Amino acid sequence: MLKTFKLGGIHPPENKLSKDKPIEILPIPEKVIIPLGQHIGAPAKILVKKGDSVKVGQLIAEKGGFISANIHSSVSGTVEKIADIKDASGYPKPAIHIKVDGDEWDESIIKDDNLIETISYEKEEIVKRVEAAGIVGLGGATFPTNVKLMPPPGSNSEFLIINAVECEPYLTADHSIMLKRAKEIIVGINIIIKATGVKKAIIGIENNKPDAIKLFENIASTYSNIEVCPLKMKYPQGGEKQLIKATTGREVPSGALPIAVGAIVQNVGTVLAIYEAVQKNKPLFERVVTVTGKKINKPGNYLCRIGTPIGNLIEAAGGLPEDTGKIINGGPMMGKALINTDTPITKGSSGVLLLDIKESKRKEQNDCIRCAKCINVCPMGLEPYLLMSLAENNNLERLEEERIMDCIECGSCSYTCPANRAILDYIRLGKGRTGQMIRNRK
Amino acid sequence: MNKIFVSPSPHIHSGDSIKKNMWGVVIAMVPAMILSFVYFGINALFATLTAVLSCILFEYLIKKFLLKEESSITDGSAIITGILLAFNVPSSLPLWIIVIGALVAIGIGKLSYGGLGNNVFNPALVGRVFLLISFPAQMTSWPIPTTRLSEKINPDMIDSFTGATPLAMLQEGIQSGQSVSSIMEQNNFPTYQDMLLGNIGGSLGEVAAIAIIAGLIFMLVRKIITWHIPTAIILTVAAFTGILNLCSPDTYADPLFHLLTGGLLLGAVFMATDYVTSPMSKKGMLVYGVGIGLLTVIIRIWGSYPEGMSFAILIMNAFTPLINKYFKPKRFGIAKKGGKK
Ligand code: SF4
Ligand code: SF4
Repeated sequence: MLKTFKLGGIHPPENKLSKDKPIEILPIPEKVIIPLGQHIGAPAKILVKKGDSVKVGQLIAEKGGFISANIHSSVSGTVEKIADIKDASGYPKPAIHIKVDGDEWDESIIKDDNLIETISYEKEEIVKRVEAAGIVGLGGATFPTNVKLMPPPGSNSEFLIINAVECEPYLTADHSIMLKRAKEIIVGINIIIKATGVKKAIIGIENNKPDAIKLFENIASTYSNIEVCPLKMKYPQGGEKQLIKATTGREVPSGALPIAVGAIVQNVGTVLAIYEAVQKNKPLFERVVTVTGKKINKPGNYLCRIGTPIGNLIEAAGGLPEDTGKIINGGPMMGKALINTDTPITKGSSGVLLLDIKESKRKEQNDCIRCAKCINVCPMGLEPYLLMSLAENNNLERLEEERIMDCIECGSCSYTCPANRAILDYIRLGKGRTGQMIRNRK
Repeated sequence: MNKIFVSPSPHIHSGDSIKKNMWGVVIAMVPAMILSFVYFGINALFATLTAVLSCILFEYLIKKFLLKEESSITDGSAIITGILLAFNVPSSLPLWIIVIGALVAIGIGKLSYGGLGNNVFNPALVGRVFLLISFPAQMTSWPIPTTRLSEKINPDMIDSFTGATPLAMLQEGIQSGQSVSSIMEQNNFPTYQDMLLGNIGGSLGEVAAIAIIAGLIFMLVRKIITWHIPTAIILTVAAFTGILNLCSPDTYADPLFHLLTGGLLLGAVFMATDYVTSPMSKKGMLVYGVGIGLLTVIIRIWGSYPEGMSFAILIMNAFTPLINKYFKPKRFGIAKKGGKK
């Protein structure tokens, strides 16, 4: 029997409309908008000013703290202005606006596609290169990757787990790069093995991608320390804790990091970025994004520069459908709804999903009927109905006791609730306040 | 461009709804309902109609005129209460008594707590127990199924003919000093086959074990309920009565008899599983089921009500909040013991 995680989980319709579409290269836009905060942690510090000319891959903002990431220009051209844009929640966030002129790459980047297998750098140098390239978790978490490659002293890193699950419905970006760049990904895995000293790498792939499973099983068979682990489909298998449980059977303790059970998890797209950074000296300035939706003409996977307005991608996929009701940055379960199509693609954008008006409207909320279905689907073993009502009453002490901080915000509870309760909305609110309370206590 | 929605994730929904679940339960009750019409004839039909219509009517009236809230009758829950109430009364019960039962079930059992989702006790059982206490004579005179009568007795007498339920017959027999096997051998005592098919005296819905099992399977397949509560009740009753039966076969009937009579399956499948009034975690559901099983057997054998199931469920309903407090789901990443700090 195929492995999967035990507790909870749901099976939303897959809707992988773009799963057979090869990666297309999106034309470089006329203008890009590169936000300074594309990662978890401190925003990057700006290094350029209005009027400066920049090249592709040039450092334009440097990491603003230990947990932060460098940002590079994704185009060549002139800095037009440094001005705020509105993020998904409507808050103003600083960004560098660059007017494009040609496509001149920084000379240090190796531009060809030749596979370089020999890893000629030592541990420290690898981490340094990853850090310099501004790599963050591309699965959407956007945690700085170099930090994850330096396990705290005293910890025992046993497994590298490659997250190739892509359990969000609709999204196929990871799938498309796995088919196209498998060899590079395997080299990337070897780079991380070298940097972290793990004994074994496990590639977790859900069984809805049989072609990718076969391909990787073939290539991995020549490496004794790389193993492909086909997984039974279940959302949210791409959650770090769920993936570790599914592939190794180990359970990360509440409040702890994966390294507590000897695991380091990297998204498969991040692995490719690591390959490019270490072997090709290429900073992270482009990524593959799925553009999808039932009403869209040409759903597909597009390689695009960071900072490309989402509208350009939608145009490439056939234009914004008439009755679009929601524009989502990411997948339908955890993505963020955007206010308009000017929003740029950032390092963490794995997809652009358009829902029509009917799909976008939330149904009316009813009283909780205590059916326990939210409990049965919660992958963290929480009681979403209870967290919801405690959050409504702002009972923070109880929320902490009932482990609200363990919620991974996967949305399985809201998805399932027959009373259409926006359970996760309440939980997010409660989680924010409870986190604040805990921080204040320290 | 149109109006763009910007609500937070998740952006999709399973499409499950209260209606789907409630109507699913209604469908699951149809086989038992049909068999009740077969066995008890037109009276059963009238009793069911009366119960359902008055539940809907009271829900509508009370919501609209007393609570001044929007009506909720389309969610199907009032219909369930109505059918369950009918399932829990003898077919000979005067219709006006059923109307009173419906008023108590909906008005006191459900809406006085704030409606669906907020009530503590199963509304239909509140109605039934109220009737049992207020109209004990009418509530315990059980017509014998027409099918059963026609074999042995002149069918013209159907309307006036009543008999006891198997449980009551057994209890009476034991009190008068007979042994279980000698009571069961009497020729008016139903066989196991009769019990399975519902060919016995009793309330409308408690007679046909087989129809209730069909409903259970339907609800499990449709994921309306999980197996925990019914299984816990059935196994507990089987184990408890099995032990008693082994110790003293003359005074205690065997497990199969207990499982097939007295509305045990009806209660285990349709009433104990009521979402609102049963515990939330799987562990809690098992504890609750075991509790109902134990209490049912105790009330049946040592108490004064042979039909102890209703009381057992109501008692455990009262414990549900406590069970929810102490039996939490298995948390991810928490070692076995340290659930509470
Ligand atoms: S799924 Fe919805 S209705 Fe059911 S218990 Fe959870 S919150 Fe209540
Ligand atoms: S969002 Fe949180 S509470 Fe809801 S199912 Fe996911 S982990 Fe559980």
